[in-house]
Amino acid sequence: MTVTSTRQSSGGVRALYSGNARAVVGRGLLATRSTNWIIVLTGVFEPVFYLLALGIGLGGYIGGVQNAQGDTIPYAAYIAPALLAVSAMNGAIYDSTWNVFFKMHFGKLYQGMLATRLGPLDVALGEISLALLRGAAYGLTFLLVMQALGLNLAWTAVLALPAILLIAFGFASLGMGITSYLKTFQQMDWIQFVMLPMFLFSATFYPLTVYPAPIQWFIQALPLWHGVELVRGLTTGALGPVMLVHLLYFLVMIALGLVFTTRRLRALFLD
Amino acid sequence: MPTPVITANALTKKYKDFAAVDGITFEVAPGESFGLLGPNGAGKSTTMRMVGAVSTRTSGDLTILDMDPNEQGPEIRAQLGVVPQADNLDTELRVRDNLLVYGRYFGLPRAVIAKRADELLDFAQLTEKAKAKVDDLSGGMKRRLTIARALINDPRILLLDEPTSGLDPQARHILWDRLFRLKEQGTTLVLTTHYMDEAEQLCDRLVVVDKGQIMAEGSPAALIREHSSKEVLEVRFGSDKNEGASAKLEGIGRLEVLPDRILIYSDNGEAALVEVVKRGLEPITSLVRRSSLEDVFLRLTGRTLIE
Repeated sequence: MTVTSTRQSSGGVRALYSGNARAVVGRGLLATRSTNWIIVLTGVFEPVFYLLALGIGLGGYIGGVQNAQGDTIPYAAYIAPALLAVSAMNGAIYDSTWNVFFKMHFGKLYQGMLATRLGPLDVALGEISLALLRGAAYGLTFLLVMQALGLNLAWTAVLALPAILLIAFGFASLGMGITSYLKTFQQMDWIQFVMLPMFLFSATFYPLTVYPAPIQWFIQALPLWHGVELVRGLTTGALGPVMLVHLLYFLVMIALGLVFTTRRLRALFLD
Repeated sequence: MPTPVITANALTKKYKDFAAVDGITFEVAPGESFGLLGPNGAGKSTTMRMVGAVSTRTSGDLTILDMDPNEQGPEIRAQLGVVPQADNLDTELRVRDNLLVYGRYFGLPRAVIAKRADELLDFAQLTEKAKAKVDDLSGGMKRRLTIARALINDPRILLLDEPTSGLDPQARHILWDRLFRLKEQGTTLVLTTHYMDEAEQLCDRLVVVDKGQIMAEGSPAALIREHSSKEVLEVRFGSDKNEGASAKLEGIGRLEVLPDRILIYSDNGEAALVEVVKRGLEPITSLVRRSSLEDVFLRLTGRTLIE
C-alpha cells in the first residue's frame, strides 16, 4: 500500500495534458462531416458579400484611400484585407463560442472527454485547432476571391494566410475561455454585442485618423485592429516595423488565452 | 490480501463550509465488486468523482492503482472506465462512432479500437444499432452503450454511478446481467446505488454512506445479519392508526413506525404475526419478508433510502 502526502493544490502539465489534442480534432471533424457542414459553408459568403457591396459598390464612389505609407490604393483593396481578418475572427469566434457553449451545457461533451486520458489542455488545444481550421478555410477562400478581383497588391499577400491563422488562434483561445463563464443564451448575445462594433470601428472601412486621439488609443488596444493592420500590410505590401508589434500582440493573446481556457476547463470539470 | 486498487483514507471534499464527503476510509481489492449505498445527497457521486480523478480532494489521502489523482490524473483515467449518473454520449456521432472516438481519446490505435468496438457492441447487444443515432436509442440501450464505451480502454476498474437509475425493470435486469458477466470476468467494479436490490445482486462488499460518512461496512449478508433480524413483519393499520397500534406492540420485536406501516423485526415473522393478533390487533394488511439492506439503512440512520 502506498501512502501519499496530502496535496491541496495540484498542477504540473502532467495532470493537464496527455499530448492527444488530435483525438479531439478528429472527433470534431467527424461530427462536422456528419451533421453541420452546411452551416460551416455559409460563413464563407458573408465577407464576400461585404466586399462586393462596400468595396466594389460603394468603393466606386469613393475612389482611392491613402495607406500608411502615403500611397493611394483602391478602396476595395483597402477594405478587403480587413474583411479577411474579420472572416478569420468570425470563424474562430463562432467555433469557440457557440459550438463550445453547446457542448459545455447541453452535450456534456467535455465531461465525457475529461473522464478519459485527456486533460483540459488537450481539450482546449483540440477545440481551438478546430476553430483555427475553420478560420483558415474561410480565410483561404476569401484570399482566392481577392486574388481573382485583383485586390492583392503585393507578393506578401501569401503571408496573409499564416497571419490569419494567428488571428484565428488568438480569438479562439480567448473566446473559449470567455464562453466558459456564460450560462445562458442571453449572455451569449453579449459576445455579438462586443463583436459588431469592433468589426465596424477597427479601421475596417476607413483609416483610424478620423477619430480623436483617445478613441484611437482605445481601438488600438483591441485585437481586431492589430489583425486588420497586419493583414492589410501584407496584402497591400505596406510593410514596416509596426508589423512586429501586431505579431507580438497576437502571440501574447494566444499564450494568455491558452492559459486562461485551460484553467477554466480545469475549474469547471476537474474541481 | 493483494495490494488494493483503491485506498481512501479520511478522504474529504468540502464545498465552502459544506462537507459533501466527510472523512471516509475504505479499500477496494482487485477483482472485487464494491458498492456505496446511500440516499441521494449522501456524497456517493462526489466520492466517485474523486476516485475517477476528475475532482480534487480537500484533505485526506487517495491512491488509485498506486498513483495520486492530484498528480497523475490522465494516467489514472487511462486505466478507468466511467459510467456517469447521467448519460453523456456524443449525440453528434452515431453509435459505433461513439466507441471509436472515445477509444481515440485514450490514444489507442485505430485497429485495436475497431476490433474492441465490435466486441463491445455485441456485449451490449447493440450490434444491430451500430449505425443508429444516439438520440434514437431507448434509455436502456443508451445505458448499455455508455457501459460499452467505458470498457473501450479495457479498464482495470469500472466506476458506475447509479447504473440503473431511471430504467424500467426489464432494462435493469438486462443491465445487471451484463454487469454480472463483467464481474465474473474479474473486472473490478465500484458502484453507487440507492437501490438495495441492486447492491445485493452486484456487490461483494459495500459501505453504507449517509451525510458524507460511512455508517457501516461489510458484505450484504453480513450487514443484514449484524444490523437486522432474520425476518421482518410489516403491518398496516391505516395512516392515522399506526401510531396508536404501536403502543400495544411493545416487546414482540424491535419496532420501526413509518408513516404508512409498522415494521416488526423478529427472527420468526409468522410467530410475531400470531402474537400481534393475540393482542387483539387486526392489521389491514400484513407481510412477512426477509430482512434487506433497506432495513439496515433504516436501523443505522433512522431514515429510508428512497424518500
